[in-house]
Amino acid sequence: MEAAVESRVEETPETPLREFWRYFSANPGALIGLGVVVFVVLLAIFAGAIAPHGPAENHDDAFLLPPVWAEGGGWNYPLGTDAIGRDMLSRLIYGTRFSLLIGCIVVAISMTIGVAVGLAAGFFRGTFDILVMRLVDIVLTMPSLLLAIVLVAILGPGLVNAMIAVSITYLPYFVRVTRAAVIGEMAKDYVTASRVNGASILRLMAITVLPNCMAPVIVQATLSFSSAIIDAAALGFLGLGAQPPTPEWGTMLADSREFVLRAWWVVTLPGLAILVTVLAINLMGDGLRDALDPRLKR
Amino acid sequence: MNTAAGADAVIEAAGLGKVYRVSRGVFAPPMPLRAVDGVDFRLARGCTLAVVGESGCGKTTLARLASLIERPSAGSLRLDGEEASGASDRRIRALRRKVQIVFQDPYGSLNPRHKVGTILAEPLAINTNLGAAERRDAVRAMMARVGLRPEHYERYPHMFSGGQRQRIAIARALMLRPDLVVADEPVSALDVSIQAQVLNLLMDLQREFGLAYVFISHALAVVRHIADEVMVMYLGRVAEHGPKEEVFARPRHPYTRALLASTPFVDPERRRRREIVKGEPPSPLNPPLGCAFHTRCPHATERCAIERPEPRPLGETLVACHHAEAIG
Repeated sequence: MEAAVESRVEETPETPLREFWRYFSANPGALIGLGVVVFVVLLAIFAGAIAPHGPAENHDDAFLLPPVWAEGGGWNYPLGTDAIGRDMLSRLIYGTRFSLLIGCIVVAISMTIGVAVGLAAGFFRGTFDILVMRLVDIVLTMPSLLLAIVLVAILGPGLVNAMIAVSITYLPYFVRVTRAAVIGEMAKDYVTASRVNGASILRLMAITVLPNCMAPVIVQATLSFSSAIIDAAALGFLGLGAQPPTPEWGTMLADSREFVLRAWWVVTLPGLAILVTVLAINLMGDGLRDALDPRLKR
Repeated sequence: MNTAAGADAVIEAAGLGKVYRVSRGVFAPPMPLRAVDGVDFRLARGCTLAVVGESGCGKTTLARLASLIERPSAGSLRLDGEEASGASDRRIRALRRKVQIVFQDPYGSLNPRHKVGTILAEPLAINTNLGAAERRDAVRAMMARVGLRPEHYERYPHMFSGGQRQRIAIARALMLRPDLVVADEPVSALDVSIQAQVLNLLMDLQREFGLAYVFISHALAVVRHIADEVMVMYLGRVAEHGPKEEVFARPRHPYTRALLASTPFVDPERRRRREIVKGEPPSPLNPPLGCAFHTRCPHATERCAIERPEPRPLGETLVACHHAEAIG
């Protein structure tokens, strides 16, 4: 039925998508953020073609070479090399893959489970709701990074376990945001109208209510995406996330922190990469919130 | 009463009641709130029953009971002769095809993420085995019937004005060809200029499909336009119930008289002869003993504070007042 309707799109007044774009593109910060994010995504996809060297390739003749603009640097290694002669630029480019992967997987896991649980809590209310919300409150009392460290300590270090741990710490936010939106929508007459027409619980949940609750969830997802990158990098830095020689930015920082006084670039560049990526995603997230939140519309 | 006769009552309520339990905190026991109490009525095919009263008099609860959204806590409710109170969920599902509701607020009653075509097709998608093409034809036919243009099919609700949205809501209510439509203040959220259009549409559709309406309203001018029978409610109970002409020409309950008098008049001569109700209606959590209206009634006597008047026939109407003869 949906497909049949979609296929007949004709000249209509502003669709929600076009309206969204009008609001989003009016925000220069959001556009810059979107640009940087697109750039990073392209780097990740074409890392193999763009990077001048392999991410784990050692060059015995080039330890701790400075970037090209510093004295002693050369075009062979535009951003210098690290302590065992690996090209920084190539490692940073390959690192985008890990950062984006971490963000995507963490958000996918916590959003799927969180939205499902929040939807059920907002729909059924009662004991189930109380139980879920108190559990969520308990999880929220702990600092997320600390909780993630505990979880990794239980699961064992590694990139996959780090992602699972970070996902669990982000679950409560999705549960809360979804539940609040669901409760707000449930009071509206269109839900009653669907129910009067005999819509099943699943239809009410998935087709009637959920699409109207997605705006805050999408905003939460973009903001969690950047936090996930930071938290995973922090776990990597503590030796609990990705393990060397993975070119993950947090792990790169940790590997080279003893050289920070002799070779600033080995520490500064991965840090800058994290900063720029996270900043861009946050700017984009702010733009999304402005464009999707009806209370902020003019 | 004119429309009560005959066996083909679309909806028939006897002693209908709904009690909500209002929580007063963790330690106090919940308090019963009688939103609707002992309401009787019958409605024949093609007729309109208007239910009027102040906010909080139970008219919206009555609408929700009649449209099977809420289950009654007392009394019987029959749709097309079939008992709905105490019926299984399955039977209720089947009965729901017979009764539909039009809500007051046309901005909240349409799903903002669905196109008009999808909204109108939903009742068919859930309740019938029609294919997508047949559903689309049925939706387009109904859209034409309620005065929507074909190109509106692909639009979203936010692109419409209140009056057009209410047309969409009416079209949705009629998709399953119900016998009864419960209209919960369908025009009170609309501009006055649009109200008449929507009311005329409702009356045209009534003639065309033989619909019965339970029409909830607080605007007597609207009721005068559309109703066959009028039921005046006060604090969950029926105050007066009778044919429209009778109720408007010879109101017998002091509350009905007050309601009629509170309709704004342009003519200052008529304005002076008003019978005004004083004060707010009492809390339905703690209704007065005796006649619920005696606290605000200009004709109240000691008897009114002690004995609750039951509706009794007087002329063509039913009146719940001890002094109806003396007042009328």
